[in-house]
Amino acid sequence: MAEFILPKNSTLTEGKTYKASAEATSVRLFKVYRWDPETGKNPRIDSFEVDMDKCGPMVLDAILKIKNELDPSLTFRRSCREGVCGSCAMNINGKNTLACTKAIDSFADTISIFPLPHLQVIKDLVPDMTHFYAQYASIKPWITTQTPAPADVERLQSHEDRAKLDGLYECVLCACCSTSCPSYWWNSERYLGPAVLLQAYRWLADSRDEHTGARLDDLEDPFKVFRCHTIMNCTDTCPKGLNPAKAIAETKQLLAKRQLG
Amino acid sequence: MSLRTPLAIAQGLGSAKSGVLHWWMQRLSAVALAPLSLPLIMFFNLCFNAPFQETIIWLQHPFNSACLAFWIILAFYHAALGLQVVVEDYVAHEGVKIISIGLIKLSFALLAITALLAVIRIIAI
Repeated sequence: MAEFILPKNSTLTEGKTYKASAEATSVRLFKVYRWDPETGKNPRIDSFEVDMDKCGPMVLDAILKIKNELDPSLTFRRSCREGVCGSCAMNINGKNTLACTKAIDSFADTISIFPLPHLQVIKDLVPDMTHFYAQYASIKPWITTQTPAPADVERLQSHEDRAKLDGLYECVLCACCSTSCPSYWWNSERYLGPAVLLQAYRWLADSRDEHTGARLDDLEDPFKVFRCHTIMNCTDTCPKGLNPAKAIAETKQLLAKRQLG
Repeated sequence: MSLRTPLAIAQGLGSAKSGVLHWWMQRLSAVALAPLSLPLIMFFNLCFNAPFQETIIWLQHPFNSACLAFWIILAFYHAALGLQVVVEDYVAHEGVKIISIGLIKLSFALLAITALLAVIRIIAI
């Protein structure tokens, strides 16, 4: 059965509290999930008081400040700090998002930070993305053609056909959507999840690709696609404002069209 | 620990090349069941409020009995499809999953046949 209760070794415990200095006037409390595989202990929630007068505006700024000044052992992924690399995806106050584009001011009170849900945790806020990336590789995310490329020009595309890729190509594969999807939680071994399905549709929608049929053949499966029950958590949580649920609906429509049409 | 590559694990046994019809029929049967529920509500109204004979005469009208029979077939078909989705979603153990889905299909087929026979017996009175 799907597991609804945390196993004993995953139950959260109270961690350390790092107080802000007495002079700090504008203090925000950050509660951060911590787990170190080397200690063999249960995960804990550490509390960090951060002086907002000496901190940048985004949640990532606060996490970096915590790592630089309060606890250098805090582990997380980050790179571009402007929402194009997708590294700093995490669960902030109950919603998956990119820490670098989420303003601290968009929350009223304490900010709780957890790793992306329902992935194996490697350490602290770093989840294991191996299977997610393997699923991405499995949909062959590159152009596939039989016709050789024209000798002297690019593969051309009309403005209308190019416009069909808008809302798809912007995906940075941060996995916020997939890890917010209950269907992905219960069946991630076989269900591809919203992020990978959006990417799959990006190639179905590309007018230059010549393997649409083969791509649909690969997707036509009760588990790969049809675990999507239009829950819409993916669209709700996407930090880039994309709509994976719509891409999946379009894919289902293509699958139905070639069989029923 | 598995020594298979992540890609091999992700690809698994590949695509089953099915699922579209299940998805489509679930929606089609849902759409058909909405108007078909009206004669059913009328039938229930008669069952609780009208004399026995009047109810039988209503049901013996070919349109009404056809609607009821069609409702029975579609409702059990739709329920079987829906319950199969629930099992596929929540039951992780492959063996239990396959046997449960088989049992669901057989049980709902049996229920549909029983209900249809009941209708036939009533209209044959």
